[in-house]
Amino acid sequence: MFTQFFKLEWKQYFRSSYWQKGLALKIIMGFFALYMMVSFAFAGVGAYFLIKKVLPEADPLEVVNSFLLFAVMADLIFRYMMQKMPIMNIKPLLILPVKKNKLVHYVLGKSVFSAFNIFSLFFYVPFAIVLITQDYNTMGVIGWLVSMILVTQCGNFINFIINKNDRAFWSLAVVLLGTIALQYYGMYDVRGLSQAIFDGLVANPIYTMVPLMTLLALYFINFKLLIGQLYLDSAIKEKVKEANTADLSWMNRFGEMAPFIKNEIRLIWRNKRTKTVFLMSFLFVLYGLIFFTQETYKGMPAMLVFASIFVTGGFVLNYGQFIPAWESAYYKMLMSQNISYRKYLESKWFLMSIMTTVLFVLATPYLYFGLDIYLMIAAGALFNVGCNTLVLLYAGSFNRKQIDLNASGFGNTQGTSAKQFIIIIPVMLVPVGIFYGFYFFLGLNAGLMAIATLGLIGLISRNYFMNLITQKYIRDKYAAISAFNQKA
Amino acid sequence: MIHSKNITKKYGAAEVLNIEELKIPKGQSFGLVGNNGAGKTTFFNILLDLIRPTTGEITNHDVVVNQSEKWKSFTGSFIDETFLIGYLTPEEYFEFIGDLRGMNKADVTSFIAQFEEFFNGEILGKKKYLRDLSKGNQKKAGIVAALLGDPQVIILDEPFANLDPTTQIRLKKTLKELTQNKEVTVLVSSHDLSHVTDVCERIVVLDKGVVVKDMETSQETLQELESHFSV
Repeated sequence: MFTQFFKLEWKQYFRSSYWQKGLALKIIMGFFALYMMVSFAFAGVGAYFLIKKVLPEADPLEVVNSFLLFAVMADLIFRYMMQKMPIMNIKPLLILPVKKNKLVHYVLGKSVFSAFNIFSLFFYVPFAIVLITQDYNTMGVIGWLVSMILVTQCGNFINFIINKNDRAFWSLAVVLLGTIALQYYGMYDVRGLSQAIFDGLVANPIYTMVPLMTLLALYFINFKLLIGQLYLDSAIKEKVKEANTADLSWMNRFGEMAPFIKNEIRLIWRNKRTKTVFLMSFLFVLYGLIFFTQETYKGMPAMLVFASIFVTGGFVLNYGQFIPAWESAYYKMLMSQNISYRKYLESKWFLMSIMTTVLFVLATPYLYFGLDIYLMIAAGALFNVGCNTLVLLYAGSFNRKQIDLNASGFGNTQGTSAKQFIIIIPVMLVPVGIFYGFYFFLGLNAGLMAIATLGLIGLISRNYFMNLITQKYIRDKYAAISAFNQKA
Repeated sequence: MIHSKNITKKYGAAEVLNIEELKIPKGQSFGLVGNNGAGKTTFFNILLDLIRPTTGEITNHDVVVNQSEKWKSFTGSFIDETFLIGYLTPEEYFEFIGDLRGMNKADVTSFIAQFEEFFNGEILGKKKYLRDLSKGNQKKAGIVAALLGDPQVIILDEPFANLDPTTQIRLKKTLKELTQNKEVTVLVSSHDLSHVTDVCERIVVLDKGVVVKDMETSQETLQELESHFSV
């Protein structure tokens, strides 16, 4: 039976439009994965010696342990945002003579091998090996390693439970920020707690039973939850929410763009996934705090500029990169309507620019960190509006993956796959690189001027680039229609 | 008038459509019948420039559909529920489409009002999103949206499928009224032979992408079609 499932998965994967993507993208993806693995492994091997060097009197394992509690929480948040639920198209199988237990075991079992569970091993395993070669208690270290694997798996299953629920995510985020604050202001020694927990595992490997039992319990809970969801009617019944119809007619002043903008706003507000992206972009405003508060980054303006672009770029980056896939479900209809492609794209540009402006206004309190920081954010905002909007619109014409806005509870594809991050690299690294070049030779102001000027150039020549982008979309129209027709 | 010249569509070596010539004069009610895979939807998709033909071209009122987009302003269509925007209420959807077709909100409301009977009280004012409507009700909304903005050409793929009997009869009435004064060209496809013979004055039978019959509807048409399809 399970081999049958594997065959289905295999076919679903290799027959999806993903593989029709260019070879170049596949190679980049491969390198990205390899890079992640190698850097994790290096970190694993190097961590011991590095900590030994920086803090000669501390025990490296204890130092690592003291941070593990934060790592576990961060891992959960990272998973919530990134990890795709193991979807198997279960619906057609429900009426076949397949035991439901088996379906659920398969779905859950499959998730054990998710890349998110494997990547951390590239850190833990080399680190544990180094510990053993450094004459640590072998049994203790092995117990610790097994526990870490189990804890990672626990994270995997906790994420399933969380993923159905935004509230759990926000509380988790608050707890993480809260514990960091407690630690930072010395109100409570969270690191001490973390260290006590994980040191205990090394001292008494028998405690490995605790994560093991937790994992089994979590698996059981997930199993119960999923089995309960295997009925079509319950999901459908809950889904029908009363429509909230806000009057958006005041937007008609935007002329030809108005219907698109109105539609876009409804798209964002009435679909869970787009709503999350929208709300997340406000969280991105806080991103700067991580960098601007640290002494370490004071001397690294390139990093600060990087953060500054993020501060106002949350919406442009997260929403923009899925244009026009958000509308993949009815793209065909749009293409058969009497629309001006230019106005259609312009409405999206307009929305991204407005949002960036709003985020920029919200970022005003950063003045607290000094004029330099504020100017960085201003330059970043200008770059986001002038250049990144255009780059992402252009990149959007390569989107070939359908997004199912209607996807409900069961296996919601909340995940952003790593390839979307590749688009961010040029969008983020190019301005930082340019800044650094000018900064290195001519100083901070020149660097900021360079980015701002680029943004201005983008704004001024917007017409020219919008024409190019429009033509690109028109050229790619048929490919997009046929790809969006394919269920991902 | 719609004029299709040498239209073929190939996927690899397989030819799914090969229509040498097809002229549909203005004001005609035109029916396309055929078994699954006969190429009906493919033909409509090419006519709407959603798929590129391998060879040939279609002109819709002198506009070559894959060279200019001018045909879009006078062509209304509903192919399947992917034409709907799931997260809008029917009213908002009509308003959106109406906007694109140059109608203001009042125009749309008064236009929609004449379909109250057709909607049978299940579409308007229900505070439901289109994605939460049943298949049949989704179809009703899609068909009416295709009629917005006085299109000269109306293309409906399988309009009768999923509709309840009452609505089928009402739809037939609406389509007949549309073509009454020979201004509006209506193209429908269907598996239901009696419905098409009721509505259409001309019926073309496609089989594996090729036109095998092209006839004016008469008393005997239904029988002829039935004998054609009963193998």
